[in-house]
Amino acid sequence: MSENIFSTDAVVIGAGPVGLFAVFELGLLDMETHLIDILDAPGGQCAELYPEKPIYDIPGIPVCSGQDLTDKLLEQIQPFKPTFHLGQMAESLIKRENGKWQVTTDIGTVIDATVVVIAAGGGSFVPKKPPLRGLDEYEGSSVFYSVRKMEQFRGKNILIAGGGDSALDWTVNLHPVAKSMALVHRRDEFRAAPDTVNKMRALVDSGGIDLHIAQLKELKGAEGKLQAVSVKGSTGDYNIPCDTLLAFFGLTMKLGPVADFGISLNQNLIPVDTEKFETDVPGIFAIGDINHYPGKLKLILSGFHEAALMSQQAFRYVYPERRLRFQYTTSSSDLQAKLGVS
Amino acid sequence: MKIFVTDRQGVEHEIAGIDGWQIMELIRDEGLPIKAECGGSCACATCHVYVDRAWIDKLEEKGEEEIDMLDLAFDIQDSSRLSCQLTMTEALDGLKVTLAPE
Repeated sequence: MSENIFSTDAVVIGAGPVGLFAVFELGLLDMETHLIDILDAPGGQCAELYPEKPIYDIPGIPVCSGQDLTDKLLEQIQPFKPTFHLGQMAESLIKRENGKWQVTTDIGTVIDATVVVIAAGGGSFVPKKPPLRGLDEYEGSSVFYSVRKMEQFRGKNILIAGGGDSALDWTVNLHPVAKSMALVHRRDEFRAAPDTVNKMRALVDSGGIDLHIAQLKELKGAEGKLQAVSVKGSTGDYNIPCDTLLAFFGLTMKLGPVADFGISLNQNLIPVDTEKFETDVPGIFAIGDINHYPGKLKLILSGFHEAALMSQQAFRYVYPERRLRFQYTTSSSDLQAKLGVS
Repeated sequence: MKIFVTDRQGVEHEIAGIDGWQIMELIRDEGLPIKAECGGSCACATCHVYVDRAWIDKLEEKGEEEIDMLDLAFDIQDSSRLSCQLTMTEALDGLKVTLAPE
């Protein structure tokens, strides 16, 4: 496990636009940053919810897409070489005896840092769960929301629910290892890539998979072992026999373990002051959509401002002996050297 | 103008309608539990409502994007709409909707 232990100045939880810009502001003040995000790629909501939708209210950028903004921020922070820990969730936060904070993720990455910056937006992106009675009893044994190892599904009678890329990709990819494969979707149209849709249709035509136009209604089985899923089709309810259900209905945001970090919360938001954007625990900051203060606006540009002020206070914790020198990137050869442009 | 919103406990709320606002915004600002995670950009399906039968035909038809996004909601009915895609106008004075299950 030793290769998974890191020590740094600042750990930022959440690699959305505000978390990414925090790397820049911290970097200008000589602080090194590690970022943690539950998604497999940086960008947060911008990349996950609206990668192709236009954003018009970033100062100086009349229009850009969520993905454009993410890409530009990554380019902007590149000189500071942040370390990303993606596809993992910050699970615990404790204070070590040496005064440093220690963040541990759900897959065992340990990061010691002088300051912690929570930039977790609306929380962790987690799979949307269908509202089916007794669902939790089957999760992990018969019901899944992702495929980590295809081998796990060898020889299974699989039902996949959904109509997007995840649902269709896994229908096509798991078909060869499954004992039987069925796909259920609410309509006979699919949002997935046309090529994948064609492959799925071909498999349906050849009898390789069953396609059901219906909606999930009830899980049938006992003690975590699924035997069938009852669905509602246009002609009524019927059962689809299966021992495995893979549900792909996109992601939703849940606050998650941040609620147990020991900082004050108010209606799932983290109250901060508006001078330092620090929580009620010194050394822990909250910026972006997850914080709250009088007059708060959930705008990306507000998060950028918060990142700049947070960094001033973070500097005082990381370099208590140094005097903070306020400089402009336009005129400071020192900052320009950090940015690699002089 | 007003709209009537039935919450998940079956309680009906009368909310003032404001011309040009999204129905989602009216519901959210009333403090009713509607997630609307993407902020009204038709990108998440967490503002799903059922529209009272009498009102379905008075609404603008669903766009392709809304139909696609409804794939990410549950318990879809013919009356299902994403409330961020419904704009308040005089013609919708009295609109009745029910919050879909989460």
